[in-house]
Formats: sequence, structure tokens, C-alpha cells
Amino acid sequence: MIAEQFPILIVVTPLTFAFLVNIAGLWNRRLCFPLALIALSACLFFAVGILDAVITQGTPIHYYLGGWKPPWGIAYFIDHLSAYMAIIVAAVALLVAIYSKRSIEREIHEHKIPQLYTLFLLNVTGLLGITVTGDLFNLYVLLEVASFSAYALIAIGEEGALIASFRYVVMGTIGACLYLLGVGIVYSMTGSLNMVDVSGILPHLYHSKTIALAFTFFLIGIAIKMALYPLHAWLPDAYTRAPSAISALMAPTMTKVGCYVLIRIMFFVFEPRFSIEYIPVTAILGWMAVIALIVGSIYAIAQDDLKRMLAYSTVAQIGYIVLGIALANKTGLIGSLLHILAEAFTKGCLFLVAGAIMYKLGMRTIGGFKNLFWKMPFTMIAFVIAALSMIGIPPTCGFFSKLYLLLGAVEDKAWIFVAALLISVVLNIVYFFNVIRRAFFEPSASADARDGGVRKGIAIEEAPLSMLIPIWVMAIGIVLLGIFSGKIITTVLQYAVPIGL
Amino acid sequence: MLESIISNYNYWVFIILLVVGLYSMMTKNNLMKKLIGMNIFQWAIILFFISVGAKRGATVPVIAGAHGHDTHTLVARAAEYVNPLPHALMLTAIVVGIATTGIALALLVAIYKRYNTIEEDEVIEALKK
Repeated sequence: MIAEQFPILIVVTPLTFAFLVNIAGLWNRRLCFPLALIALSACLFFAVGILDAVITQGTPIHYYLGGWKPPWGIAYFIDHLSAYMAIIVAAVALLVAIYSKRSIEREIHEHKIPQLYTLFLLNVTGLLGITVTGDLFNLYVLLEVASFSAYALIAIGEEGALIASFRYVVMGTIGACLYLLGVGIVYSMTGSLNMVDVSGILPHLYHSKTIALAFTFFLIGIAIKMALYPLHAWLPDAYTRAPSAISALMAPTMTKVGCYVLIRIMFFVFEPRFSIEYIPVTAILGWMAVIALIVGSIYAIAQDDLKRMLAYSTVAQIGYIVLGIALANKTGLIGSLLHILAEAFTKGCLFLVAGAIMYKLGMRTIGGFKNLFWKMPFTMIAFVIAALSMIGIPPTCGFFSKLYLLLGAVEDKAWIFVAALLISVVLNIVYFFNVIRRAFFEPSASADARDGGVRKGIAIEEAPLSMLIPIWVMAIGIVLLGIFSGKIITTVLQYAVPIGL
Repeated sequence: MLESIISNYNYWVFIILLVVGLYSMMTKNNLMKKLIGMNIFQWAIILFFISVGAKRGATVPVIAGAHGHDTHTLVARAAEYVNPLPHALMLTAIVVGIATTGIALALLVAIYKRYNTIEEDEVIEALKK
């Protein structure tokens, strides 16, 4: 009985708790963290429940808010893809929340903690809402809920966060407005906002120039929100300056949910044949993705700040996901969806490690990582696992997603894309080994380490357990998801691929 | 040609506002002017929605004469009423727009307090030190 209400509960629970956290924070700041944890655990539970329901039912779940049938009411529409995304968001948010307690106490002023958790929950509300909604305008509102909380969360960060956040506000608003313009045009042409409804009406209008215009607005708007290469300018500063835990929340979820919206619009609201034949948008996206993954990686090599390096790496990884979408075949899209999962855990783990280093060392310049491995062995081993996944070494999750992308490109005989994927792997090796080399092999300047040969005198100074556990859950998750990637594909992803691909 | 421009003047205003907003967001150095550009951009889209929803000679979607008894003989002609949905959507979009402006203004106040300026290049200069 209650399981039927999960689609709405997954949105309402974090929203309600966001206000509860704020009110509880006025009374006692220590209440905020447990409340946020309760809300996020509930979200994960609901997300798992929804995925389970979708798998057993086999068909998408339709949930009508207030019992109003579309096209009048807002309908939630949950298929395998939505449920998959919801679980990723909920799982990452919960792990980051556990981690955030100590990290945030160190990095931000104490009186901002209630506000931070309020915004944290609002951000998760928006992201989960985007994954479950089946209404184009509702998606816009939830996109803005997620973005507003992101703007404010970033502004809490260190020196320079304010201007980074302001730039994000301007760019993000352009993106959202263009999306809204697309919605307006589609509504004026079809008279409906419900995605299922619209996708039924649109095929009659595929030759219309107005629809092509709407599609273009959708695409550019979403591309800004997901930081696809030439439109990525807001991302590096924003993710570098935000508090560590917040970067770890946003990098794996915000841009990936953007990718989800792109897939939703391109292949579900519009049919795949429209995106492939009527407008050659997949071809254009393919080239943009190739540029993103090469240029993003090159920028990442040039960075000396660990978080900034990871931020540019995020830009490159968006390239991978978009490349899979642009290939527009089943293998490529499965690779793309698997890469969303791999990237969520890998980038989450890496940003958490960056936060742990920040916590212990108070800085994150790669040049200063000498002997870090002997100081923080557990953190750095997790870093290595995540780096291997990012590069694509079996049996990590990153290997399988890249393998599927590669197979998809071979299937399409897109040899330049194959080459670009392989080159980017090499570039990934370069920037991750730069960090690993510093942390593992750089000889110490201190005398006792030099003549002893062994690294004596370096006491283990690990991050607190509440930070190590989420890091390791993600690291083990990377390996397990890799090993069980076949199972994920057969139970979820093969149904998540749209008809007509 | 000219006639179609004049009769669709609301759409031309929308396009001009959109471009003005975009231009000031991209070229202005003063963050406040960027913010004003952003607002113009948002309101242009609201104007677009309102234009789409407007209908000449139509009225609010409350069925005339539906109060009282003989309602079963009443035929509601859709052509006589305005579709209220675009306007309702824009109420939400206005709220969203106000929230954006609020956040951006709060950021500007914080930037001004910290760097004593809201010129972008001066802020970046101060950050480099």
C-alpha cells in the first residue's frame, strides 16, 4: 500500500526534512546532522523500493499527483532509467552526508551548519525530483530547486567561492531559461506538458521548423547545466571553491542528472529517429564530446590543485557520457549509462579523498603530497582504486563502462571516436599518475627518511573514521559494481535503453 | 512582410529583450549590470509565454452562466476562453525568477562586503593577491 506512494515520498521526504533541519538548527545545531541522515536514508530506501517495483512490474510506473490524470495534472513517470538514476543520487547523497559531518565542522563556520544541511537536502530534493518527474515544466522547477541550492552551497565555500557562485548563477540561469523556452514552444505546438503525451503528439510535427528550434533550445539549455565542453566555464571554479563535502555531492550527481535529462529529452520525449535523422544532432554532439574529453583531460594535466584537477576531469567524463549518447546505438548508450554510475562512485570517491587530504593537511596542492601514502595509507589506497577506475583498469566499474563505449564506437565504425577514447585513457593515466607518483615515490626531504631507506618517522595520521568509511564504501563499490556490471546490465540497463535504438 | 512584423510585434519585443539580456550578461564588467541583464533575459521568456497564452476577444476560463440551474444545456465553447495554463506556469516562473534575483543579490552584497567592489576584473585582481 505505502509502496505505491514511494514516487512522491522520495521527493517530499527530503523537502520536509529540509525545513525541519532549519527549524531544529535554531534550537540545537547538533540535531541537524542526524535529521539529514534520517531523511537521506529514507530516500535511499524509497529509491531501492521504486527500482524493485519497476523490475518486478516490468513496465513504467505512472503516479498521478492528487489523482489528476494527464494532461491536466502533474504525472510522475518512472521507468528503469529513472529508478536507476534515483538510486545513484540517493546512495551518493547518503554516503557524502555521513562523510560531511567532520569535514564541514573543519571547513566552515559553525553557525552555517543548519543552513548547509537545509540546502543539502533541498539539492537532493531537486535531483531526485528530476529523476522521477514525467512533466516538462515540473522538471524545470525541480532543476531550479537543485540549482538554487547548489548556488548557495558553493557560496559557503572558501575564498573566491562567491564570484564562482555568481558566475554559476548567471550561466545556470541562461541554461534553465533556454530549457524553459523550449518547453514553451513545445507546449504551444502540442498543448501538453506531459512527457508521454508530448512524445505521442510530436511525431506528426517532426518536419516543423518550430519543433527543431525547441529541440535546439532544450539541447543548449541542458548542455549548460551539464557543463558540456564549450559551456563548462562555470564548473571548475565552482567545484574547486565549494566545501569539500559539497563538491563530492555535486560532481557525481548534478552533471549526471543533466545527462539523464539529455537522454530523456533526446530519446524519450523526442523519438531517437528525430535526434538522428531529422536533425543530425547526434553527429554534432559526438564531436563536442570528443573535444570535451580530450581538452578536459589536457586541462586536468595542467592543474596543480587536486580539486581543480578533478573538476576538469569531470568535464572530460561528461564527454564520455555524451559520446555514448551521441553514438545512438544500444551498446553505446548502455556504456554511457554505466559510465554515469561508474563516474558517480569514482568521482565521488576522489572528491571525498581530496576532502580528507584537505582535512589532514589543510591544503591540496599536488606538489605538496610528498610521503602522503605513508601518512594516510587507507585514504590513498582508496584514491588509487578510484584512479584505476577512472583510467579504466579491470575489474573496476570504469573499465566496463569504457569497454561498452568503445564497443559502441566500433559498432558504428566511428574510428575517430575510438581513437579519441583511447587517447583520453592515456591522458587520464598522465594526470592520475602525477598524483600517485608524488604521494608514493617522491623521496622525502627529511633526513631520516633519506638515510634510513625506510620511511621512518612518518606517523600514520589518518582522517577520522566517519570520513574513511564512506571513502571505502565507494572504493569497494567501484570494484563490486565492476564485477557485477553484467548483472546490472541484464536486470536494469537493457530495459532502460529507449525503443528505436 | 512588414505587416507580419507589426502584427506579431510582441514576439519581436521578446526577441529584442532576449538579445539585450544576453548581450549585457556577456559583455558587462559590472556584476550588477550582469544581474540586470539576467533579469531582462528571464522576463523576456515570461513575455513569450504570456504572448502564446493570449487570445483576442476571449475571456477568463470561468464558464459564463454556469451558476444556477440550467447548466446541463450549457455548451462551453473553447474558442471563447483563454487557456490559463501558460499564465499559471508563468506565476511559477516569476517565483523562480525572484529566487534567482534574491540569490544573486545576496551574493553581490557578500562580494561587495568582502572586496569592496562589484566590478568583475577588480574582484579577480583582488583574488590573485
